[in-house]
Amino acid sequence: MKTLSEVVLAVGRADRVEISRWVELGWVAPQGRRGAEPAFSDLDVARLCLICDLRHDLEVEEEIMPLVLSLLDQVYTLRRQLGALTGAIQEQPDDIRRAILDRLAKPREPRGGGRG
Amino acid sequence: MSEDPYATLGVGREASQDEIKRRYRKLAKELHPDLNPDKEVAERFKQITAAYDLLSDPEKRAKYDRGEIDASGQERPQYQYYRDFAEDPQATRFYTQEGFGDADSLHDLFEGLFGGRGAAEGRRGFRMRARGADVSYSLPISFLEAAKGAKKRVTVADGRTIDLTIPAGVQDRQTLRLKGQGMPGFEGGPPGDAYVEVHIQPHPFFERKNGNIHLELPITLAEAVLGGKVEVPTIDGPVTMTVPKGSNTGTTLRLKGRGIVDPKTGQRGDQYVKLKVMLPKTIDPELEDFVRRWSAEHPYNPRAEMVGA
Repeated sequence: MKTLSEVVLAVGRADRVEISRWVELGWVAPQGRRGAEPAFSDLDVARLCLICDLRHDLEVEEEIMPLVLSLLDQVYTLRRQLGALTGAIQEQPDDIRRAILDRLAKPREPRGGGRG
Repeated sequence: MSEDPYATLGVGREASQDEIKRRYRKLAKELHPDLNPDKEVAERFKQITAAYDLLSDPEKRAKYDRGEIDASGQERPQYQYYRDFAEDPQATRFYTQEGFGDADSLHDLFEGLFGGRGAAEGRRGFRMRARGADVSYSLPISFLEAAKGAKKRVTVADGRTIDLTIPAGVQDRQTLRLKGQGMPGFEGGPPGDAYVEVHIQPHPFFERKNGNIHLELPITLAEAVLGGKVEVPTIDGPVTMTVPKGSNTGTTLRLKGRGIVDPKTGQRGDQYVKLKVMLPKTIDPELEDFVRRWSAEHPYNPRAEMVGA
């Protein structure tokens, strides 16, 4: 866990004011506390580096950032969920795994449940 | 990094700072590991970033150009990609589009999808609430129904009848939504919606342009020459209109407020009446004689403006 001052050093590409603003805007949400100060995890620091890349190098505008971050978060959430699902399938007996693979190999058939 | 940073970015040695920046931005958009899930791009991104860090700093660039420093050691210290955290299956906390999530929400998601462990152990029945499907129909309506509004009773696919209110001024191909009139839901889920697309049938003499109605009105030779009161059909029934003396084919008169109500603004359009002078079906000898005598004494050339064209 890092304090804001430590984070400014670790990130190296954004100052205190800018990082505080990103926290205020909710782009980064440090969950830890050190005394009265927020404490940033490695996850938060990596996210700040990503925001630096997007804002400074790729020049994504501030109004567009919530959209970009939301889409990235959705992609990562889906990838995690897909990873968990894949893990759960791998723990299944062979015949079940085979049945799932066979089903995925077949072209998708329309599913029932409504007209129109 | 030991490679030539100019080659890494694909720019010439004389490239301006601006060019270097543009080139880096273009490559970074393609290769940023958080925007491109391909694992192989990460190493390449690291290289272009190191090259950019060197060349984007005019001082460092000049030193490099003079051979005072080489390109090694420019990597950003401990460049850890957000992706490494965000995809870590061991992560117990992560960002979601709503804010923060913890690892348990995965379990909740799949329990919702599959009925979950509770169902397998018989503690809870399998439940899958789902909203019913939406259905769409197309509905032909007459010009006057569209112009003045109407109530229609339609029978939908599963045999139910729906009473549908067509608002006055509805547009051709406009879709009306009937909330909850689609297919029933499953396991207590809400029903879907019905969507009705209206198709307005053309009218034999009214024509609609935006909120206005256009109509061509045949008049007699006498009405054209002498003027007079004539009856004009409108969507609300016939009204009396005065044709001015000496009206010609093509003269357009306006009946204010006889058009179509705009459902959004409540304003009503006008009706435009374009006159069309009609000769009698047969030309009797009396008319023929009169016109022959009259035109000999009163010659005029309606095509004068066309001369020379």
